[in-house]
Amino acid sequence: MAKNTLFNKIWDSHIVKTLKNGQTQIFIDLQFLHEVTSPQAFGMLRTLNLKVAYPNRNFATVDHIIPTDNFARPFKDPLAEKMIAEIEKNCKENNIKYFGTDTGEQGIVHIIGPERGLTQPGMIIVCGDSHTATHGAFGSLAFGIGTSQVRNVLATQTLAFNPLKIRRINVEGKLKKGVYAKDVILHIIRLLGVNGGIGYGYEYGGSTIDNMTMDERMTICNMSIEGGARIGYINPDQTTFDYLKDRDYAPKGQDWEKAVAKWESFASGNDAVYDDIVNIKAEDIKPMLTWGITPEQAIAIDENIPERNAQTAEALDYMMLESSKPLKGQKIDIVFIGSCTNGRLSDFEEIAKYIKGKKIAKGIRALVVPGSMQVKREAEKLGLDKIFIEAGFEWREGGCSMCLAMNADKLIGDQLCASTSNRNFKGRQGSPRGRTILMSPLTAAATALTGKISDPLEIF
Amino acid sequence: MSLEKINKIRGKGVFVTGDDIDTDRIIPARFMKCITFDDLGQYAFYDVRFNDKNESLNHPLDLHRSSTILISGSNFGCGSSREHAPQALYHWGIRAIIAESFAEIFFGNCTTLGIPCIATKQAKEIALYIEENPTKEILIDIENKKISIEEKSFNFEIPETTRRALIDGEWDPIALLLESKEEIKKLEESLKL
Repeated sequence: MAKNTLFNKIWDSHIVKTLKNGQTQIFIDLQFLHEVTSPQAFGMLRTLNLKVAYPNRNFATVDHIIPTDNFARPFKDPLAEKMIAEIEKNCKENNIKYFGTDTGEQGIVHIIGPERGLTQPGMIIVCGDSHTATHGAFGSLAFGIGTSQVRNVLATQTLAFNPLKIRRINVEGKLKKGVYAKDVILHIIRLLGVNGGIGYGYEYGGSTIDNMTMDERMTICNMSIEGGARIGYINPDQTTFDYLKDRDYAPKGQDWEKAVAKWESFASGNDAVYDDIVNIKAEDIKPMLTWGITPEQAIAIDENIPERNAQTAEALDYMMLESSKPLKGQKIDIVFIGSCTNGRLSDFEEIAKYIKGKKIAKGIRALVVPGSMQVKREAEKLGLDKIFIEAGFEWREGGCSMCLAMNADKLIGDQLCASTSNRNFKGRQGSPRGRTILMSPLTAAATALTGKISDPLEIF
Repeated sequence: MSLEKINKIRGKGVFVTGDDIDTDRIIPARFMKCITFDDLGQYAFYDVRFNDKNESLNHPLDLHRSSTILISGSNFGCGSSREHAPQALYHWGIRAIIAESFAEIFFGNCTTLGIPCIATKQAKEIALYIEENPTKEILIDIENKKISIEEKSFNFEIPETTRRALIDGEWDPIALLLESKEEIKKLEESLKL
């Protein structure tokens, strides 16, 4: 088993006790709640006549069902209205801080946690959402849980859990031009498989990761679950501390120095022992595209789609793609730029540099959806909204939008979507026959301009 | 709170073919606009059971409506952490799942609902046999880690903590967690700056 890693240090400091069934009861510093996976948990609490044990360690927002074209209440969709009303009621009744649509602080739960400074190193963080590993970018152990577990955390601020094995993933060197954090994680998932991470937590490190901004680190950790790993984390360093300083919920004054010293102590030691180590060279990574129906079905942009065989047939048929041909040049219908994977300010700043003064291809629809209201405000301060709108993109309010289509933003029929989100599953984007190609924001932007899957280096 | 001790599960099997069956497939997101889980059964695997016009595609789940043991391939339940997925299967009537392997969050969610996830490399062999003999009863013996279908028998692995939780009737750990109020309070204090 792993020794002296960040995982071991946080785990050991959070053990309440060993339960009769052999599982470990661990303390949860922070739980994030959203409208889809929490109402049933509050319902269960009521049935069991239990109270929320530590309301100030729970924070809520609304993201999945929110219509990003118009926040005006009541929502047009009565079911969406019912769900937002429910989380508002539950938070009010239980004294839980709720970042609502009228606060200016609403957004995708994995974007607003870090933004507000709630997400901090050394914490165990949970949420009823599998992309919770995003928060691991700060050197925390963060993972998605089911609704019954959301209930357990509300009632006790603890969970029954088993320790994980730890796989260190080293990425060394300088990324090529046009290659981004999204390409790195898609490369890793292709290499290790969608079930390669089962039983593991992923510790990402090496010079490539060390040189990344927090936004980029969040993109990497976000997709750990797509590789089967329940958690993914990066050791905290100066980049982490600089990001957190002066944020709303970050420690202030004397507490800040104390906090930084404590946070540093959680980082994996030089003598850390891992259950597995994988080494990747940054120079080997190219802009990536998924061609199939799982995130491991990915190729570099200059590769051909794999040949047809027993393993690829189902995906090729669903995606209506021809085997052994390039994916580059494939006509698309929709471009979606956003989500908890790539809906942060730096994602939009980067692509705005390239698309300024250009227009999206005729006949396609392209959406840019900020991950939060703060991202939206900051982007508008920089004038990015105008650049996108002038180029022909729709510019939206903060939310999950077309990543999972629990709102009005959906694919229709068998539309093909160039998407910066995290899942290309069958039907994921709202139409049972809808098709998704995952990629980085810049590749998506290049694709929007041509209407065909395009290599950003050839377009910009 | 006393829970049923889950030791032996009997039922007919239904084979849902494929690897990496994700939770979006098990319950498409558009059916998650709800505040209770009670009505989800009808939407289990909806988009592979019905076409665009809501016509039945004669999916195995519909052809074998009384089957309670679902059999599938590897990495079953990957993707989203939505408990809506195991809840939909539970409300459909599924009481155990046999697969080559399971995604972790799904495995934990199922266990907490008392749906054993039985991982065996022989899942496909079992599936083929059940496809040919859909009326044969499957017996899953959790305590002895054995699946029997008439004269055939298969071994499986299950984490010891899960095995014990099921056979001791402690698969939903809430009662155990609630016992440690004092210890939790002390630890909570110690974790503050």
